[in-house]
Amino acid sequence: MPKSPEEAAHEPLVLIVEDELPMMRFLRTSLQSHGYRVGEARTGSEAIALAGTQIPDLIILDLGLPDMDGLAVTRRLREWSATPIIVVSARGQERDKIAALDAGADDYLTKPFSVPELLARLRVALRHRDKTGADKPEPVFESGRLRVDIAHRQVWVDGAEIRLTPIEYRLLLTLVHFAGRVLTHRQLLREGWGPAYEGQSQYLRIYMARLRHKIEADPSRPRLLLTEPGVGYRLRDS
Amino acid sequence: MTERRPDPDELLRRVQAEELRERRGKLTVFFGAAPGVGKTYAMLREAIREQELGSDVLVGVLETHGRAETEALLQGLALLPRRPVDHRGVTLSEFDLDGALARHPRLILVDELAHTNAEGSRHPKRWQDVAELLDAGINVHTTLNVQHLESLSEIIAVGMGLVVRETVPDSVLEMADEVRLIDLPPGELLERLAEGRIYIPEQAERARDNFFRKENLHALRELALRQTAERVGTQARQYQEHRGLKRTWTVSERLLVCLSESPDADKVLWAASGLVMRMHVPWAVLHVESPGNVRLPEARRQELVKRLRHAEQLGAEVSTVSGMNAADEILKFASEWGATRIVVGPPGRRLLPWRITGSVVADLMDRAVEQDIWVTRNPRSPAPRRFRLEFQARRGRGTPAQYVVAVATMAAVTAITSLLFGRGRAADVVMLYLLGVALVAMRCGYGPSLLAALLGVLAFDFFFVPPYLSFAFSDLGHVITFGILLFVALVISNLTDRIRAQVEASRAREKRIATQYALSRELARTTGRDGLIAVSIVHIEDTFDCRAMLLLPDAVGRLAVAGPSRSEVLPSHDEGIVQWVWQNRREAGLATDTLPGSEGLYLVVSGTQGAMGVLCVIPKDRHQFEDTEQRRLLDTFVSLTAIALERARLAEESQLTRGELEKEGLRNTLLASISHDLRTPIAVIMGAASALMDDSDRLDAGARMDLVQTVYGQSVRLNRLVRDLLDMTRLESGGVQLTLEWHSVEEIVGASLNRLEDLLGSREVRVELEPGLPLIRVDGVLIGQLLVNLLENAVKYSPRDAPIEISASKPGDEVLLEVADRGPGIPEADLDRVFDKFYRGSQERLPEGVGLGLAICRAIAVAHGGRMLALNRPGGGASFRCAVPAGELSPGFDPPASETSEE
Repeated sequence: MPKSPEEAAHEPLVLIVEDELPMMRFLRTSLQSHGYRVGEARTGSEAIALAGTQIPDLIILDLGLPDMDGLAVTRRLREWSATPIIVVSARGQERDKIAALDAGADDYLTKPFSVPELLARLRVALRHRDKTGADKPEPVFESGRLRVDIAHRQVWVDGAEIRLTPIEYRLLLTLVHFAGRVLTHRQLLREGWGPAYEGQSQYLRIYMARLRHKIEADPSRPRLLLTEPGVGYRLRDS
Repeated sequence: MTERRPDPDELLRRVQAEELRERRGKLTVFFGAAPGVGKTYAMLREAIREQELGSDVLVGVLETHGRAETEALLQGLALLPRRPVDHRGVTLSEFDLDGALARHPRLILVDELAHTNAEGSRHPKRWQDVAELLDAGINVHTTLNVQHLESLSEIIAVGMGLVVRETVPDSVLEMADEVRLIDLPPGELLERLAEGRIYIPEQAERARDNFFRKENLHALRELALRQTAERVGTQARQYQEHRGLKRTWTVSERLLVCLSESPDADKVLWAASGLVMRMHVPWAVLHVESPGNVRLPEARRQELVKRLRHAEQLGAEVSTVSGMNAADEILKFASEWGATRIVVGPPGRRLLPWRITGSVVADLMDRAVEQDIWVTRNPRSPAPRRFRLEFQARRGRGTPAQYVVAVATMAAVTAITSLLFGRGRAADVVMLYLLGVALVAMRCGYGPSLLAALLGVLAFDFFFVPPYLSFAFSDLGHVITFGILLFVALVISNLTDRIRAQVEASRAREKRIATQYALSRELARTTGRDGLIAVSIVHIEDTFDCRAMLLLPDAVGRLAVAGPSRSEVLPSHDEGIVQWVWQNRREAGLATDTLPGSEGLYLVVSGTQGAMGVLCVIPKDRHQFEDTEQRRLLDTFVSLTAIALERARLAEESQLTRGELEKEGLRNTLLASISHDLRTPIAVIMGAASALMDDSDRLDAGARMDLVQTVYGQSVRLNRLVRDLLDMTRLESGGVQLTLEWHSVEEIVGASLNRLEDLLGSREVRVELEPGLPLIRVDGVLIGQLLVNLLENAVKYSPRDAPIEISASKPGDEVLLEVADRGPGIPEADLDRVFDKFYRGSQERLPEGVGLGLAICRAIAVAHGGRMLALNRPGGGASFRCAVPAGELSPGFDPPASETSEE
C-alpha cells in the first residue's frame, strides 16, 4: 500500500480488532502509553471497513470474533491490503493460527501474553512493513553469533565462515528475510523445496536440525533458530 | 362358601390380562354343528355390516363351496390374494399370513379354523395363523364345526365312527372373545342338503351316506349346544369371580394325570383333558420311566413323545421322572406338586389278571392318602395283547454276534458237562445249563438268553436224557425238568435284563446331570459376556451334536450373532424365523408348531427380566429334539445360559455403578481441590488490585511495585491452573486428535526448554540425547507439553542448585524420554499413584498446581500408545520416563536433486 507522506510523520496507527472489552481496554492502554495511535473494531466486518477508511499501519486481529472467523477476515484484508496483521489467539487453536499465517497474517500471539512480548512483535512487523517499501533488504544480517552476508552468500558463526548446502542456505535466507517473524512449515517448505513439498515436514525437521548443529552453540537449547511448537520456526532478531 | 375380597395382586393381574387383551385382536368364532348350517354366510353378513359401519374388512381366506348365496355376499368385500404353495408338484393356494399382517386390516375373515396348512407354511395349522393375527392386534372372524374340537373328536370317533383328522385345541375356542352358535335343526339341514345348497349333487349323495345321517346330526347338534352352554356357564362364573362374588372352585384343586407308554394312554389323556376343561383346574401330566419301560421300541417311543407334547399343547405341565416303582414316583410327585386328584388309566391286560400280579393302579389306591384316585374306564375294544407281543414290544433282540455267543456258550456247556459228568447226573447237568443261560443273560440281553434257554433244554434232552442223541424222552418226569429249566432260565434272563436296563437308565440320567453340572460349573467360573456365551455354545454343540449360535440384541436393538460362533453361516431364511421368534417371544423351527420344516430350532433365551435373545440350534439329526428328554435338557441349558448372562449383566451394571461412584468421589476431590486452588490466586489478585485502586496515594512506589508483582505472579499461577484443567479435560474427553508428524527429539527438547526459560533461570539442565536418534512420529505439541510438565515438576520438587537431567534413547521400537531430578524422590508407596489425577504427594508443602501435571503426561503418553513410569534414582531423586512408540522406521530421506551436488 502506498502511504501518503503526511501519515509517515505520524505515530503508527494500530487497529485493534477484539470483541472482549477488558482485552480491548488492556491493549488500548498499553499501546497508547507506548506512543501508538489506536483504532477499535469489535467485529470482522467493522474491521474490514475501518481498514479501508482509516488505513492503519498494523492490525491486531483476535481470531474469535462474533460475526466471522479471523481466517476469513485475514483473507478479505489480504485481497487489497498489505497492512501487517498480528493474530491473537487462545492456546489450542494451532490449526487456526497456521491457517491465518498461511493466508497472509504476519505473526501471532497466544493469550495470555505480556506487554513487552506484544510490543516486540509490533516492532518486528512494522519494521518488515517498512522494509517491503525499500528496494533491497539489508545486505548483511547479524543476530547473536550469526552473521549472514547476503550479497556474498557467506555465513559466519562466531567469526568463522561455515559451509551450507543450497537448501540450508535457502532456508536460512528465508528466515533471515523474515527475521523475528514466525514462518509456518508450509511457507518454509515452499521456499526451500518448492510448492510440491509443502506436506513433507520431515525434510524441514532434518534440515533445521542440521542448520542448528552448524549455527547453534548448543543445538538442544537453541538461541537463534527457535521452534514455535505446532506452527513453525522463527529466527531470533538480534 | 365364604365371601371373599379380590386380592390386590390378582386384581393387578386381571388388569394386566385385560390390557393385553385390549392390545390383542378380538376373536369371534362362528360355531356350528355341521357343515352347511350357515356359519360362513353368517360371518359374511356380519362382515358386511362391519364394513358398512366404516370398518376396514378383509377376507383372508374363504370357501364358498359353490354356494350361490354365499358368493353373492362376497362381492362387496376386499379379498386377500391366496399364496401359492408348491406341494409335491401340485400347486395349492393357502392363506397368505404375511400378506394379511402387512395389510393389517381391522377385521379379517379366516374361514375354517381347523384347516391344516400345506407343508412348508409357517404354521402347520390355520388356528396358529389366527393366533398370530390376533397377536398383531387384528380382529379375526372365523368358523368352526363342533367335531373339530380336540376334546370332542374322540367322542365323535367312538360314538359315531367318524374320524376327524383336523382338530383345534379347545384352548383356541376358550380364547375366543365371542362364540356365535349358528344353529339349524337337522331336518332343515338335510333339506338344504337335498336341495343342493350345501354340496353339489354327487358330493351331497356321499355326504348323506356318511356324515349327514340324522342321528349323527342330532348328536353333533347336542354337542354344539352343550359346548356353547358350558361356555356361557363359564362366562357367568368368570363374571362372578371378577366381581369377587364367590369362589367357584377350590383353588387348591390340582389334577395329576399319569400317562404310561401304552397306546391306551391316549384315551386317558383325552378323558383327563375333558375333565380339566369342565373343572377348570390346573393340571400336570406325569410319565414314569421305570426299568420295565425304559427300553421302548422307537415307534412306541415316538408315540409317547407325541402324546406328551400333545398334553403340553392342551395346557398341562408335563414332567417325566424315572424310578423303580411307578406308584412310588407318582405319589412322590403328586405330593410335591400338590395334586388333589390323580387320574390313571385302568390296569393293562397281562397274561395274568392284575388282581394277582398287582398293578400301579392297585398300588396307588392302596397308598394314596392325600389324593383321590380316578381311574378312567377301559377302552371299548382293545384286542387282548398276547404275552409274546409284550415281550417283543418291550425288549431289544440283541445283535447276531450275541446270538452266536449264546449258541457257543451252550455248546461249550454241553462239551464241559459231558467231559465232567458223562451221562447220568441229570441234576448237576441242569445246574450247569442254568449257569450257561445266566452268563448269556448277563452278557447278551434278553433275546440271546431266550435262545440259550431253548438250546439248553434241547441239548439237555438230546445228550443227557435217555434215549441219548435223540429228542425223544422216555420219562415223563423230564417234562417237568425241561419246564423248570426253561422257566428259571427265563426268570434269570428277565431279571438280568431289567438290571441292565436300569443301569443304562441311571447311566443316562447320570450323564444328563453330569452335562448340566459341567455347564453350570464352567459358567460359574467364567466371567464376561463373551466368555459365557462361548462356554454355553461349546457345551450345547458338544452335548447335542449340533451347531448353535446365540443372537442377542445390539445397541440399537437389532439381533446379531453374539460371542464366538463355531459355525460359519446361518442357514438360509433363518433371519426371518429369528425375527419372528424374537417378536413373538415364542419358539419356532424344528420340532415345534411353527415352521417345523426349517433346519434349526429357535428358542427364546429368557431370564428373570424377560427375553434376552434367541438361540438357534441346528442338529445333525432332525428328530433329535422331538425327544422330550433332549428338549428338556436343551431348555435347561438355555436357562442356565440365560441366568449366567443375566448375572454377567448385573455384574457389569454394578461395576458401572461403582465406576460412577468412584467418578463421583473424584469429582468431589476435584471440586475441593479446584475451589481452593482457583480461589487463592483470585483472592490475592482482587486484594492487591483493590489496594492499588483505593489506597494508591498512600502506597509508596516500592509497595505498589510489590502489589503489582503479586498480581502478576498470581495471574501466572492461575493461568497455569486453567491451562492444566483445560488440557486434562480435552485429553480425557477424547477431543484431542493427535497431529502425528515426524519430529526430532532434540527440537522438542529445545522448544520445551525455551518455553520454560523464565522458570528455569540459571538452573543447570543437562541434556543427553543418544547419538543417531531417528525422527519420531508423534504429536510435537503434546510431547512438548509432556516434557514441559515433567520439567516444571522437577523444578518444583528439587533444590535450586541441583541439576535437572533430560535424556532420550531408543531401546527397541520405543523412544524413551527421561526427566530426572535430585529432589527427595517419591515415597515408595506413592510410586504407582503419582500419575493419578489430583495426586499431590503425601507432603502438603506445595502451594501450586492441582496435581494434574503428571496425569496430563500419562494421558498424552497413553494417547500415543505409550506409557509413563516413575521411579526413584539410585543416589536420590526422582526419575520420570515416558516411552512412546517411535513409529515405523523414519521415512527414507531422499534429498532433492539439487542437494546431491553439495558445494
